[in-house]
Formats: sequence, C-alpha cells, structure tokens
Amino acid sequence: MPKLKSLDDLKRVREEAQQSLKTRLDTGTTIIVGMGTCGIAAGARDTMHAILTELAARNIDAHVTTVGCIGQCVKEPLVDIEQAGQPRITYGNVKPEMVSRLIEEHLINNRPIEEWVVGRLESNVASTNVAPTV
Amino acid sequence: MLELALHVLDILRNAVEAGATQVALTIIEDEPANRLTLTITDNGRGMDDETIRRALNPFYTTRRTRHVGLGLPLLAAAAETAGGGLMIRSRPGEGTTVETTFGLDHPDRQPLGDMAATLLAFLLAEAAPDLRYTHRVLRTGFPADNPVFAQEREFAFNTAAIRAELEGLPLNHPVVARWLAEYLAEGERELKEVEHNEPGAVEGAGV
Ligand SMILES: Nc1ncnc2c1ncn2[C@@H]1O[C@H](COP(=O)(O)OP(=O)(O)OP(=O)(O)O)[C@@H](O)[C@H]1O
Ligand SMILES: [Mg+2]
Repeated sequence: MPKLKSLDDLKRVREEAQQSLKTRLDTGTTIIVGMGTCGIAAGARDTMHAILTELAARNIDAHVTTVGCIGQCVKEPLVDIEQAGQPRITYGNVKPEMVSRLIEEHLINNRPIEEWVVGRLESNVASTNVAPTV
Repeated sequence: MLELALHVLDILRNAVEAGATQVALTIIEDEPANRLTLTITDNGRGMDDETIRRALNPFYTTRRTRHVGLGLPLLAAAAETAGGGLMIRSRPGEGTTVETTFGLDHPDRQPLGDMAATLLAFLLAEAAPDLRYTHRVLRTGFPADNPVFAQEREFAFNTAAIRAELEGLPLNHPVVARWLAEYLAEGERELKEVEHNEPGAVEGAGV
C-alpha cells in the first residue's frame, strides 16, 4: 500500500519544527477551539479544520488546540485567540465561513472583530501594559 | 448529528474526561458481513453497572452544564435505526469499551463522514491521550462470491510511535499539525478510493 505520507516524514517534520521554534516563541499565538459535546454539535470540528486550512494557506504559524465544554453552549463554536502580551479574546458562534475574515483581521491586521467578540480575558503576565483594543 | 465521525469525536471526548491515557479506535467496514463496527476502548476510570445503565439513559449525565442530547444514547439510537446496536463493557478502574454496530448498507445508516477531521480535532487537544487507530475496509469480490477481486485495506497508526519520532515536540506544534492534517486526510482518502476502483484496476491485497 503506497503512501505519499508516511511516518518516515517525521524526522524531517521534527527538524523543520525545531528550527522554526526559536522565531516562533516570541510571536506565540494560540487558537483554542471549544470541543465539548455542545461545540461538536454546533460544528466546532469543522470550524477548527477551517482554521488549520486557513493558517496553512497563509503560512501563519500558530498553535491550534481544543478544550472541553466551557459552559457557554449557546455561543458555540467558541474560538479563543491568545497572543503574547495581548488579552485573550473569545469569539462566539464561529462558523467555518467566518474563519478567513477572522484570521485576516485578528492575526494579520491585528484588529479584533468586535461584533463577534463574546469575552475577553486580560493575560496575567501582561495585564498592566495591554494596549486597549479599539 | 449527521455523521458518525462526529459521534466518534464525542465518545473519544468521554474517554478524555474519564482520565484515559490510552485510547484505541477501530473502524471496520465489512462488506461481506454487511456490517460497520466502531469500537472505542479506553483505560479511563471506567463505570460500574449502575453507571452504564444510567449512561444509556438520555436524561442522565454526570456533568452540570446543559445536555444537548449527544453522547451515548444518541449514538445508540443511530445504531438501532440502522439495524445495529451499542454495547458498553466497563469496570471501575479498568476502563471502558464502547462497541457500536450498524448495517453497512442500511438506508438509515448515517455516513461515516470526515474521520480525518475527527482524528485531528482529537489529537490536537492539549495532553491528548495516546491513540491506536485502525480503519479497515473489506470489500466483497466481483461477483460477490468470487474472492478474486475482494480487497482488504487498512489505514492504521499509533500516536505513541509518532510521538517517539517527534522527541518531545507536541502534536499541535504548527509544523507537526500541518503534517498530521495531510497524513490523516490522505490515509482516509486512500481507503475511500477502494469503493470506486474498477475491478481490473485494483492493487490492494486479495483476501
Ligand atoms: N469512557 C467513559 N469512561 C467512564 N465514564 C463514562 C465514559 N463514557 C461515558 N461515561 C459516563 O457516562 C455519562 C454519560 O455520557 P454521555 O457522553 O452520554 O454524556 P456526558 O459526557 O455526561 O455529557 P456530554 O457528552 O453532553 O458532555 C458520563 O457523564 C460519564 O459519567
Ligand atoms: Mg460525553
């Protein structure tokens, strides 16, 4: 069974990742998608997939990860974006078709999309020098 | 839910919530037996008989936030409408196995859906348990009782082996995640292609 991708690639993947690690740590961006039952039912899996596809297409390096239910079921899919030195921003009802604009505005233009924001958490390391958004 | 892969993601999350460090997911599409089987085994905290009984009741949950009617009862219902059923084997402290069967060609069976996306969503979780994944497809011959064109294909991996190669890099490192997304999509795509193969174009192993 010929495979284009195989575990043999992993050595190269590891080396590439290790090389890029230095530059990436200062600009660390983490995107967290709620993946509890309510999130899954609301389409969070496909929202997450759209995020990964968009990041790859634009060649943006960010960690994408998931958490379980956080108790805001009606606002699922919930997507948090956390950037070094910035407040953690939660977006609600994020559908796959919204992802492209979200990445463009928030990550590239550095302008959170206020009408989609449902929560904000000051980052504890930088809560004193966070620039207010808008 | 419209895809079995979404149910699978939900059941995998139960294993995580039960504190599992090892999870095995096996999918077998068995055309000769006309059966689809999904088996999810974890080494989490397990359930006693009473909890198993209650877990299959749609109005029971040990969580406090609102229940949206997914979980085990909904998967059980999806299996029963498609000529199958759901079985739980579990013991406190020993882990849990959830085995679900469906009539493979039953008209009311939900499609398997996007398993690659489900696997990715599971594996990119912070501290995701190790996953042993096997997806096997068995196709009948042509004509059905002729073994000549029968095929068996499998996409399988073990995250323990992947993690060993990564030497401590997390699966959700951007470079790794990108590779993983392609690896999973490709593995699943190759299995799907089996269905559309002309008998003469088959290069899979005969059964
Ligand atoms: N793999 C497992 N190991 C141990 N206990 C489990 C497992 N799966 C389910 N349970 C128990 O069964 C209950 C019902 O599970 P189910 O998935 O139907 O709903 P839930 O997980 O409680 O809620 P939701 O899925 O909506 O977040 C759980 O609360 C848990 O107590
Ligand atoms: Mg559950």
